Amino acid sequence: MMLQGQEIDVVRKGSGQPLLLLHGGGGPIAGMPFAEKLAEKFEIVAPTHPGFAGSRIPDHFNRVDDLVFLYLDLLEELDLKDVVLMGFSMGGWTATELAVANASRLSKLILVDSVGVKVGGREDRDIADVFALPSEKLAEIMFHDSSLAPNLQEMPDEQLQVMAGNRMALGVYTWDPYMHNPKLPHRLHRIKIPTHFIWGASDGLVTVDYGRKFCKMIDGATMTVIEKAGHSPQMEQPDAFVEAVLKFAG
Amino acid sequence: MESWWFTEDCYPHLPDEDSYRSIRVDLPNIHCEPETAHELYNRYLDLWCACDEIGLGIMLNEHHQTATCMVPAAPIMLGILARQTEKSRLLILGNPLPNRNQPVRVAEEMALVDVISKGRVECGFVRSVPYEAAAANILPYQGAERMWEAHDLIMKAWTTHDGPFNFEGKFYHHRQVNIWPRPYQQPHPPVWITMGSHGSAKQVAHHKHVGAVFLAGYPRIRDVFDGYRQAYLDAHGTHAPLDRLAYLGLCYIGENEKVAEEGARKLLWYMEANKVPPEWSNPPGYHPPAVAANVMKGVTGSGVPTNPTLENQMARGNVFAGTPDQVFEQIKAFWEYSGGFGHMLLMGQAGFLSDEDALKSMRLYKSEVEPRLKELVANADPAELWEKSKAMPVKDGADLGNFGIEFVR
Repeated sequence: MMLQGQEIDVVRKGSGQPLLLLHGGGGPIAGMPFAEKLAEKFEIVAPTHPGFAGSRIPDHFNRVDDLVFLYLDLLEELDLKDVVLMGFSMGGWTATELAVANASRLSKLILVDSVGVKVGGREDRDIADVFALPSEKLAEIMFHDSSLAPNLQEMPDEQLQVMAGNRMALGVYTWDPYMHNPKLPHRLHRIKIPTHFIWGASDGLVTVDYGRKFCKMIDGATMTVIEKAGHSPQMEQPDAFVEAVLKFAG
Repeated sequence: MESWWFTEDCYPHLPDEDSYRSIRVDLPNIHCEPETAHELYNRYLDLWCACDEIGLGIMLNEHHQTATCMVPAAPIMLGILARQTEKSRLLILGNPLPNRNQPVRVAEEMALVDVISKGRVECGFVRSVPYEAAAANILPYQGAERMWEAHDLIMKAWTTHDGPFNFEGKFYHHRQVNIWPRPYQQPHPPVWITMGSHGSAKQVAHHKHVGAVFLAGYPRIRDVFDGYRQAYLDAHGTHAPLDRLAYLGLCYIGENEKVAEEGARKLLWYMEANKVPPEWSNPPGYHPPAVAANVMKGVTGSGVPTNPTLENQMARGNVFAGTPDQVFEQIKAFWEYSGGFGHMLLMGQAGFLSDEDALKSMRLYKSEVEPRLKELVANADPAELWEKSKAMPVKDGADLGNFGIEFVR
C-alpha cells in the first residue's frame, strides 16, 4: 500500500480483531506457523519496515520514529480500531514508541524480546552488539538451539543478499544510540493500555533480566517467559508463544 | 611525476597471530608497549623527515584501534612535520570525513597546518575503510554522501572570508562558520580524494580534485581511472591532466634483485598481518548488499589474501620491486596500461623493514627511478596515453577475488 508517498509491503491475513505485527531485525515473520495460528483469531496486519526484505529505505529515514509515524499513518489509512499491537525486538521498540505517541486506536500491547530502553548503567552492555559479533557467537545468543541458526555458507546468494540488506536496515534504524531511545523511559507513563511482555528464557541479545526491568517500567505490565527459546520464542516455541498471546489478548 | 613516500606507522611487535582474532578494532592495547611505541613514532617521523632531505613528498594517513597503523590523528602528525620539515609537500590522505562529526574542525586543522608549513599541505579526504565504523561508532550507511557534504562545508569554510556563514545540511549543521586562520594557499590547499570505482571517480573529476587509487592493480585500475577521465572530459571539455590522478603501490628497490626481493617480502607484512574477521570488515551499510553477502558467506573473508605471495602481488601491480631498472620498467608498464597518472604514491616501509633498508630504497628511487618517471610524464599527452591504454588487451594479473575492496579508501 502507499503511505507517505512510498510503496509499503503489508501482509494482511485472517479475520477478527486487528493485530498489528511489527517484525524485528531478522525481517518479516508473518509467514511463520505462529502467525498462521494467530490468523485464526485475529486479522493480522504485518507491514515490512522499509529497507527489509529487499525493499527501499526512503532517503530521509534513519530512526525508529520514522517507522512510528509511518505506522500511525497506516492505522489511520486502514482505519483500524481496537488494535492489538505486537512488536518483536526492534519492532517492539517501535511498538512501544507508537503506544507512547498515540494509543487511541490500540487496545493492547505485546512486546516480544523487545529492545528500546537502557536498563543498566552507562558502562553496562544491556543489549548485545549484534554488529560486533562473529556469526557463531550470534547463533549462540539468538537461539536456544543454535542449530536452528541459518547456515550462511549453504544459503542461496539471493537469500543471503536479502539478509545483508536486512542487516543494513537494522543498522540504519538502531545504530546510535544503540537499540534504544534514552528518552523513552521518561515517556512510558503514557502507556495506559494493558501491556504484556513475552520473552525467550535463553535470549542472549536482551536477557530475561533486561525484560523484567523493562516490564517494571510500564505500569501494570505482566510477563511470560518461554522456556527453551532464545530471542525468537515465536519461532522456537510457536505453541507456547501462541498460548501466551491468546491468554493475554484472546 | 611527483613522488610521495608513505608508511602506515605500524606496531609490528605482536604476539602469535593465532592468539588473536583480529589485528583491528578489538586487539587489546596491552600489546602496545608505550616505550616501544615511542621509539616507533620517532623512527617513522625521522623517515618522513628524511623525505625532506632526499626530495620526496611526504604522505601519511590515519586508522583507529589497530596495530597496522598507529596514527589515530593524522593532523597531529602533519603538524609535527610542518614544523620539522622545510621543503617537502605534506600529503594527508586522508581525513576520514564521514567519521568526523565536525567538518569545520577539519577545515581549521588543515588551515592551521597549511599556515605553519607556509602552504605545503595537500589535503586528502577519504570515505574510510569498513573497520573504522566500530572505532568511530559511525554507521557507514550513506558514507559517500556524508563525505561530500562535509567536503562542501570545508571548501566553503576555506574560501569564505567575509565573516560567518550558515550551513544546515542533511548530516552537518553549523550556524556561525568563520575559521581562523584561513589557509595559506589561496584559494585553498590542493584537494585529493580516494576512489574505489568508476562511479566514485565521477564527482572527484567534476571538482577537478586529484583522484587517488590504492592497490587496485591491473584488474581494476582502468575502470576507476577511465571513470575519472571520462567524467572530467564530459564536465570540463578537456582531457584530465596527468597530475589529477595518483596510484599507490608497495615499492622496494635494491641494488640487486636479491636485496630487493628481501626488502619487498618484508613490506608484504602490511598485507599478511591484516587479519580481520567479517564482523569488522562488514559493518552494515558499508558494502552494497551483494558484496556484504559475500563477506558474510566467508567467500572473501576480510577481502585480503591470507598468504599474498610477492609474485602474485607484483603480477597484479600492487607491488613494484627490483633493481632501479626493473622498478622503472614495472611502473612504466603499469602507468601505460592505466592510461597514465602524475603522482606515484610509494608505500616504502612496513613491518620489520629496517630504517636503513627503507632509506636505501628511497634514495635509489630518488636518484635512479624518479628522474626517468619525470621524463616519461613530462613528454606524455594525456589524450594519446588514454587512447593507447584503451587499445591494450585486458591484463588480469592474479585473480584475488575481492582483494582491495577494503584498501581502496
